[in-house]
Amino acid sequence: MNILSLQPIPVAKWINAFVNWLTQFTGFFNAITNFLGGIINGFQWIFDALPIWLFIILILLITYLALRKNKHWGLMTFELIGLLFIWNQGYWRDMTQTLTLVLTSSLIIVIIGVPLGIWMAKSKVVTVILKPLLDFMQTMPAFVYLIPAVALFGIGMVPGVIASIIFALPPVVRMTNLGIKQVPSDLVEAADAFGSTAWQKLIKVELPLAKSTLMSGINQGMMLTLSMVVIASMIGAMGLGSEVYFAVGRNDAGSGFAAGLAIVILAIILDRITQSLNQNRQ
Amino acid sequence: MADKIQVKNLTKIFGHPSHKLEDLINQGASKNDILKQTGATIGVRKASFNVKNNEIFVIMGLSGSGKSTLIRMLNHLIAPTSGQVYLDGKNITSLSKKELRELRRQKMSMVFQNFALFPNRTILENTAYGLEIQGVAKNKRYQKAKKALQLVGLNNYGNEFPNQLSGGMQQRVGLARALTNDPEILLMDEAFSALDPLNRKEMQDELLDLQESLQKTIVFISHDLNEALRIGDRIMIMKDGEVVQTGTPEEILRNPKNDYVRSFIQGVDRTKVLHAKDVMVKPAIINIEKDGPRIALRRMRDNEISSVYVIDSEHRFKGLVRANDADRLIQNNDNDISKIIEKNVPIVKPNMAIKEIIAKIPKFPVPVAVVDKDQKLIGIIINSSVLEALSGNEGEK
Repeated sequence: MNILSLQPIPVAKWINAFVNWLTQFTGFFNAITNFLGGIINGFQWIFDALPIWLFIILILLITYLALRKNKHWGLMTFELIGLLFIWNQGYWRDMTQTLTLVLTSSLIIVIIGVPLGIWMAKSKVVTVILKPLLDFMQTMPAFVYLIPAVALFGIGMVPGVIASIIFALPPVVRMTNLGIKQVPSDLVEAADAFGSTAWQKLIKVELPLAKSTLMSGINQGMMLTLSMVVIASMIGAMGLGSEVYFAVGRNDAGSGFAAGLAIVILAIILDRITQSLNQNRQ
Repeated sequence: MADKIQVKNLTKIFGHPSHKLEDLINQGASKNDILKQTGATIGVRKASFNVKNNEIFVIMGLSGSGKSTLIRMLNHLIAPTSGQVYLDGKNITSLSKKELRELRRQKMSMVFQNFALFPNRTILENTAYGLEIQGVAKNKRYQKAKKALQLVGLNNYGNEFPNQLSGGMQQRVGLARALTNDPEILLMDEAFSALDPLNRKEMQDELLDLQESLQKTIVFISHDLNEALRIGDRIMIMKDGEVVQTGTPEEILRNPKNDYVRSFIQGVDRTKVLHAKDVMVKPAIINIEKDGPRIALRRMRDNEISSVYVIDSEHRFKGLVRANDADRLIQNNDNDISKIIEKNVPIVKPNMAIKEIIAKIPKFPVPVAVVDKDQKLIGIIINSSVLEALSGNEGEK
């Protein structure tokens, strides 16, 4: 029996039908678009309003405060030179657009991912449901999300943010779940034995002890959203990614590298700052 | 003494309930058979006991005997499969979540084997945790926490973190944290088992000292018989989830119920385990404020002894009166008994081990008085009672 002689299962058709069906809820998707658009415009407005020199000083100040007692002069020198380089290359606005995309996506994945992770840690049923879903979200090639994202949210920053969220959400959920589950059982027991409510236990014991695992989840998520910026540029998300994308079209290795280098600089700055937030107290 | 906690037929089974399981339990099948046939583990099987007000009740057993499960059913960290726990006569097995929380906040505190201090909180914040979750204002809860830390001798360590302290100190914090709530009951789950022997003994002494002034009801879990005998007012021995024997240290040493208990107590050095309070007997006494030499003499004659102990109306120990002195006083027609009180009488504390007593007082012409921290006379030790106690179960016939 030849399996090709059988009627192919119309998976593609079903999914198209599903996406088509979804498009009738324009109101709902418009609301999401407006909401995300609002956040994006807010960030972008702030970044546009800030003079570049003040922006650089602010980044250095944040780094200084976040790193506290650790050695930070090396990183701060790197930041200064890196940001001046981006300015010099004429990528400043692109960089802020990319930063907007990353910050918006990161904000949303924290808001959605942390509670989901907590819920997963507390409920076996949720774990069973979420686990394959998270695997799916993470392994499905990110390009694939772009297609329905365009259909439902149009082109521009918003579908880029949506695709980034889907792609970057799993590590935040997973690491939150892991962090909460790793809290030693006798500490959880102690919290219970003194009569903590579930909420007090979470806020006073579990979350503080899960913090470092949780923060590395957020850090990972943020890095994943950054990896989405080039892909998102294909559906009109502006920024450093689109510079790379255009360079590909023009077969211009030089500008491609220059823009790519700017992404690397931004990635290192974001990574080090979020990592250092992890090293407070003890 | 009233019963503080009453436990009736408390049972915990880990595993899915089934008819077969029920049948096996009712038939009294062994823990192993039940595990083999149904896959269910018996944690505790029909445990019944009472804990008296202000006593230290030690639950003793090897690992797997169900003692940790049992203590967790007292504050419902583990929900019992069946049976009841009564606190002050009130059934606490069927409390709502909120009532249960109140119970844990107000009445029972727990001390854990591996301390279970929150590593992200300072010692003071750890100690104040119980009050913090009750919404007590910062000033007030820290004040109380500091007091509790002072009780355990750690008042200077409030700003340190748990990992900066040694094991013994960490467990002191664990104890202070439990005391800050001022609970009626302390549940101590193998509280000293993770400590080295020297530290353990020190903590045991400290607990006994604290108990003298605090007067809590303490349920203490231990796998160490020496510890159980040392600190327990009463001991309950468990095996495979069942209660084997309950009694005072002395009762258990003298009348081990079966071979299992006997094998436990074989290696015990009785002079270390038995304390003054275990071997003391009731003294013949007279009241210095009321009684004269004639009464003293009559007491001696009634008891066929040659001296009586003197106390005041508050039961405080005053000294000793000998028969010939009392006789002389009567002949001199003097009624003031205070003139003939002998003050130089050996006294010991109730929790002093017999070994120490023997070492301290090599030859005592009169019995030794046992006096508590308020100077109250609570008993005397005579040679024969010590010998009898030391001869132990060889003496039971």
